[in-house]
Amino acid sequence: MLQMKHLSKVYRTHMVETHALRDFSIHVRDGEFVAVTGPSGSGKTTFLNIAGLLEEFTGGEFWLDGVDVRGMDDAARSKLRNEKIGFIFQSFNLIPDLNIFDNVDVPLRYRGYGAAERKKRIDEALTRVGLASRMKHYPSELSGGQQQRVAIARALAGSPRLLMADEPTGNLDSLMARGVMELLEDINRQGTTIIMVTHDPELAARAQRNVHVIDGQVTDFDEEPKLRKPGNPGFENHDSRLGEEGVVA
Amino acid sequence: MIYYYLELGLRSLKRNPILTLLMVFGIGLGIAASMTTLTVMYLMGSDPIPWKSSRLHYVQLDNWSPDQPYYDDGRPPDQVTYRDAAALMEAGKADKQAAMFKMSLPVQPENPQIKPFQSLGRVTYADFFAMFEPPFAYGGAWNRDQDTSHARVIVLGKEMNEKLFGGQNSVGKTVRLDGNDYSVVGVIGNWNLRARYYDLTNGAFDDPDEFFIPYTTAIDLKHRGTGNNSCWKSPGDGWDAYLQSDCVWQQMWVELDSPARLAEYKSFLDNYVNEQKKLGRFQRPLNNRLLNVTEWMHDQKVVSRDVEVQTGLGFAFLAVCLVNTIGLLLAKFTRKAGEIGLRRALGASRRNVFTQYMIESGVVGLSGGVLGLALTGLGLVAVRSLYADYKSVAQLDWTMVATTIALSVVAALLAGLYPTWRACQVAPAAQLKTQ
Repeated sequence: MLQMKHLSKVYRTHMVETHALRDFSIHVRDGEFVAVTGPSGSGKTTFLNIAGLLEEFTGGEFWLDGVDVRGMDDAARSKLRNEKIGFIFQSFNLIPDLNIFDNVDVPLRYRGYGAAERKKRIDEALTRVGLASRMKHYPSELSGGQQQRVAIARALAGSPRLLMADEPTGNLDSLMARGVMELLEDINRQGTTIIMVTHDPELAARAQRNVHVIDGQVTDFDEEPKLRKPGNPGFENHDSRLGEEGVVA
Repeated sequence: MIYYYLELGLRSLKRNPILTLLMVFGIGLGIAASMTTLTVMYLMGSDPIPWKSSRLHYVQLDNWSPDQPYYDDGRPPDQVTYRDAAALMEAGKADKQAAMFKMSLPVQPENPQIKPFQSLGRVTYADFFAMFEPPFAYGGAWNRDQDTSHARVIVLGKEMNEKLFGGQNSVGKTVRLDGNDYSVVGVIGNWNLRARYYDLTNGAFDDPDEFFIPYTTAIDLKHRGTGNNSCWKSPGDGWDAYLQSDCVWQQMWVELDSPARLAEYKSFLDNYVNEQKKLGRFQRPLNNRLLNVTEWMHDQKVVSRDVEVQTGLGFAFLAVCLVNTIGLLLAKFTRKAGEIGLRRALGASRRNVFTQYMIESGVVGLSGGVLGLALTGLGLVAVRSLYADYKSVAQLDWTMVATTIALSVVAALLAGLYPTWRACQVAPAAQLKTQ
């Protein structure tokens, strides 16, 4: 699904060069749920931004769903981002003056779907996150957990193959966080690849695979994806669906 | 997508009503200031008879003093003498021709309820009506035979017909001017003359002529014109001496239906003046001119320098308003950096963002244009009440309505360019983390 080889990202000012990622390699396979952990400033958000085509990288190679993204222009990157990737942010990032329906509609507008197709997808996505009855509500009328569910519905509405989640439960209390996490696991079970950046070791433990980033490099990763135990939010060590290829780091 | 962007633009304007009002008001005021002055300038200078302005020519002959030119830049006098006008009419070399002059005469109404009054009109030939095409409400023009027979006929202007006959069909009725009876042959209807272009030397923006009588009749009755009269030497005493003098006080127009006819007429004029030179007149070098309607209006500076300066100031004010709008749009779009970053993350390209915010700027421009149109209307009412001379030109026509709206939208799009460009530079990653 996503493969980076020897990727680097350097922020340059006239005074200083900062290496946010260096010799960064990772391979995320279709259907995986990968947690990216690491201390603040380690480069995990930079990785997520580059993986989500929100930022350019300085060197190395990067394939997204088999597409080499090097040298792509803005329009092509935006199209690929719109079609392949869904985003979930820590602070939900809903547009306050659009109602829930219109918020979920945003990525579908850029996809160019007709009104009937958009409505069908929005209905399905909001039903999936349990908020079909709140379509006409505005974000300010919902709880934090509900807002994050709307953000998940927005990410899902375009049927992306990859979901990028940046601290998705960071602004939620533990009860709401559990609900959101269960929803993400359910989405993953249905085949969507998820990459989640988190500080929280408990959340990371629920992912199939952990990637630990320090100083812009992958320092630690689980060799084998874990198999989710039915009825248990944790994972075990074997998942035939994921195949036998290990992590390229 | 355009409809979606329009919807977003309107939504965004509603979200910050005070900021929106400031922008719309700023553009509206700038548009009103520039369009009020531009409308006056445009209507003053616009071609009053576009379908034939290139065929109507104003005749100028240089009979002025051998010692000094009429104008310092060498242009010939603005009017012609009676002698020359009469000679050119007699020759009849143009397809149509009309000598004319402005005339003020007392009107003595038959109806005792209406007091006698002084009226300004025009003395001319039958061809005047065919050349300048005033619309007739009743009847029509007199004919060339009536010119020849010195007929006592009159064409009334709309206002005079209102005054004397309550606006009814007065054809066949009699009007007494300065003790002489004239039979009404026609009544002019609504003649929307912005500038009275056929007589620019006697007030281009004065009220319309209230009556028209035949030239031959007026000369019989020894009616002197009441317009400008310029002489470079004393005309001598008496009516006949005045008619034979070199004083210029009449306007001479000819209609020439092709460039070949124009060349022929020019040649005729040169021959005429050369003949006159042999009689001791026209001592200056040959300096005849035949200007068409628009050339003549330009020559006479119908659009005055003052009006041009006012229009320039109006547009300078619009520029100031636009700078203000740029600042406000910049503030508005900067506040939306988070939303822009989010839209980029969700698949909007820079082009999508550019289009969305340019359309939002266009919506501001459209709203400013509508407000500007209303304010322009008020501005023109003010111009009409302050400057009576401009009342015929301080009016909005459809061209100016469309120009107002288009100028406003274009101005707002220009004002929106830089803020929109800045919006397109928003780095989505930075915004999404900081929201």
